[in-house]
Amino acid sequence: MTGTMSTAVIEEFDNTGVAPRQRAPLVLGEHDLASVTEAVCRVVERPKPPRAWYIAFAVSSAVTGMLFAMIGYLFLVGVGVWGVNNPVSWGWAIVNFVFWVGIGHAGTLISAILFLFRQRWRNSINRFAEAMTIFAVMCAGIFPAIHVGRVWVAYWLFPIPNQMQMWPNFRSPLIWDVFAVNTYMLVSLVFWYVGLIPDLATLRDRATTRIRQIAYGLAALGWRGSQRHWHRYEVAYLLLAALATPLVISVHSVVSFDFAVAQLPGWHTTIFPPYFVAGAIFSGCAMVVTLIVPARQWFGLRELVTRRHLENLTKVILATGSIVGYAYAIEFFTAWYSGNAYELFTFVNRALGPYAWAYWIMITCNVLVPQLFWFKRCRTNLVIMFIISILVNVGMWFERFVIVTTSLSRDFLPSSWDYYSPTWVDILTFIGSFGLFFTMFLLFIRYLPMVAMAEVKTLMPQAHGHGGKGGDHA
Amino acid sequence: MRDTQTPIATSESPQLCGVLAEFETVDALLAAARRVREAGFARWDAHAPFPVHGLDEAMGIRRTRLPWIVLACGLMGVLVGLGLQWWTNAVDYPFLISGKPLFSWPANVPVIFELGVLFAAMGAFLGMLVLNRLPEWYHPVLTSERFRRATSDRFFIVIDADDPRFDRRGTSELLESVGGAVELLEA
Repeated sequence: MTGTMSTAVIEEFDNTGVAPRQRAPLVLGEHDLASVTEAVCRVVERPKPPRAWYIAFAVSSAVTGMLFAMIGYLFLVGVGVWGVNNPVSWGWAIVNFVFWVGIGHAGTLISAILFLFRQRWRNSINRFAEAMTIFAVMCAGIFPAIHVGRVWVAYWLFPIPNQMQMWPNFRSPLIWDVFAVNTYMLVSLVFWYVGLIPDLATLRDRATTRIRQIAYGLAALGWRGSQRHWHRYEVAYLLLAALATPLVISVHSVVSFDFAVAQLPGWHTTIFPPYFVAGAIFSGCAMVVTLIVPARQWFGLRELVTRRHLENLTKVILATGSIVGYAYAIEFFTAWYSGNAYELFTFVNRALGPYAWAYWIMITCNVLVPQLFWFKRCRTNLVIMFIISILVNVGMWFERFVIVTTSLSRDFLPSSWDYYSPTWVDILTFIGSFGLFFTMFLLFIRYLPMVAMAEVKTLMPQAHGHGGKGGDHA
Repeated sequence: MRDTQTPIATSESPQLCGVLAEFETVDALLAAARRVREAGFARWDAHAPFPVHGLDEAMGIRRTRLPWIVLACGLMGVLVGLGLQWWTNAVDYPFLISGKPLFSWPANVPVIFELGVLFAAMGAFLGMLVLNRLPEWYHPVLTSERFRRATSDRFFIVIDADDPRFDRRGTSELLESVGGAVELLEA
């Protein structure tokens, strides 16, 4: 509507201060309801995206092509193209799976858990984080599927009647995982879509071309902002949040059961479920920061996704990073305190053995680097938080690598010990999964509103009646 | 639940299907909603770009029964999860794994939990759509040019022509008297 949205070189307003008697504003600038619609829709309504988008899309879709080429090669030749060997039969595929599923946790944390806790700052970043979750879980899902060896019978993972009249073994954590990850994918998708419906209707009503009208119109399901609809919608959204909250905790717990239920020293520990969940939220919030810092800059959304939002995310990273550090220490302590020689050996071997380099990368990136967020300067400096967020995900990838590889490569029988290293196929497949992730993400920011407009509007003073009993806490 | 969304049969001549009034602020919408309700209308609705707090009370919307549907779906998921694992691993194909019992509920908890959540979430999503009678891609209000702002920054009240208290002039005057910009909806 107005020209207030030109984001040229306005010095960013700092809303990170602490004034206990005042709520910090979550929408900055001279915004009214119309200008929020305008700011968010403008990004997807441009007839052509900026040149940088085309370049990014070309690169990421080429990398995605490489992912599928690598998968094709794997299917043609067999798992021998990977570096997996006899003791280390879970190589990068499982490391990447856990890595991507972990990243996929922040979306639902931000959408569901923060929603239940009435953390209203989530409203500007939940759409973004949920999209990230879905794409990360898609990337994650590829790896166990291609890791099964005989991919043409991957459907044996599901309880589908087959010609052998056999059923999956439901006492195996690997089957629990199939159910957990698929449920998580579906529920995240539904949660995301329910949130999108009102915003899709906004895009439909603003559409100027026939194609956009039809596409957004179909997707919006005929939403027309009826209060009788909103009433049920809000109840459904609350219930979905309440269902997704235990779900998000269960998913990475179940992933950790893949390890914890096994008998292997270093895996067989009861601390795994909470430690995996904390690590997942840690890595997911870091990925949100990695993606949103440039996105808000490029698309002029700095007044909706403010410094305070980012600072809050860095606080979550600091808290969960410290939980992860604590878990590392407790694992070590338990290994010593248990008096179990195998357990102690595994942990000493992690820190000082052939994979010590990976272990210390993990400790540096996950435990030491996030401690910088104790300093406000680091929590509010975009460059510093961007770099730390990338380091955190490097560290979290190495955490999964350390867990998978060190325990497997040194099992009970020294004669079968071996050193695992990836092949070029492993490496290119992993890089390719980033291509898929970014391709999906670029399509998302091109065609869908990346900020939940309807939800952000509820945070604005215009959303609250002054007369009568209207009005909710502002 | 009362409903305002009756599909209107299309005929050759334009047919009046309701009156629409536009408001600029939440306050005006709330005040108008109270008036419309007091006037005794039954088939009417308010439209806003976001859920307006206090409007449910102003309109007299009763609490939805959706939570019960979700609970029922969740319990169904739990039973399906339990039944599936019991039938497949203990009855149809007894699966002996390291001497463990054929049916032991603790091992079945993760799948039971996941299916419970899955069914409940689908119940919340589909239940919301069904109770709202969505998808409904055609609706008279969507033909109004003015109404396009209902999903951006304006607030609307729509009174259906088939409300027993509806009359073309009186209803329009009522909506004008509460500050609405009135438009007749024809289809």
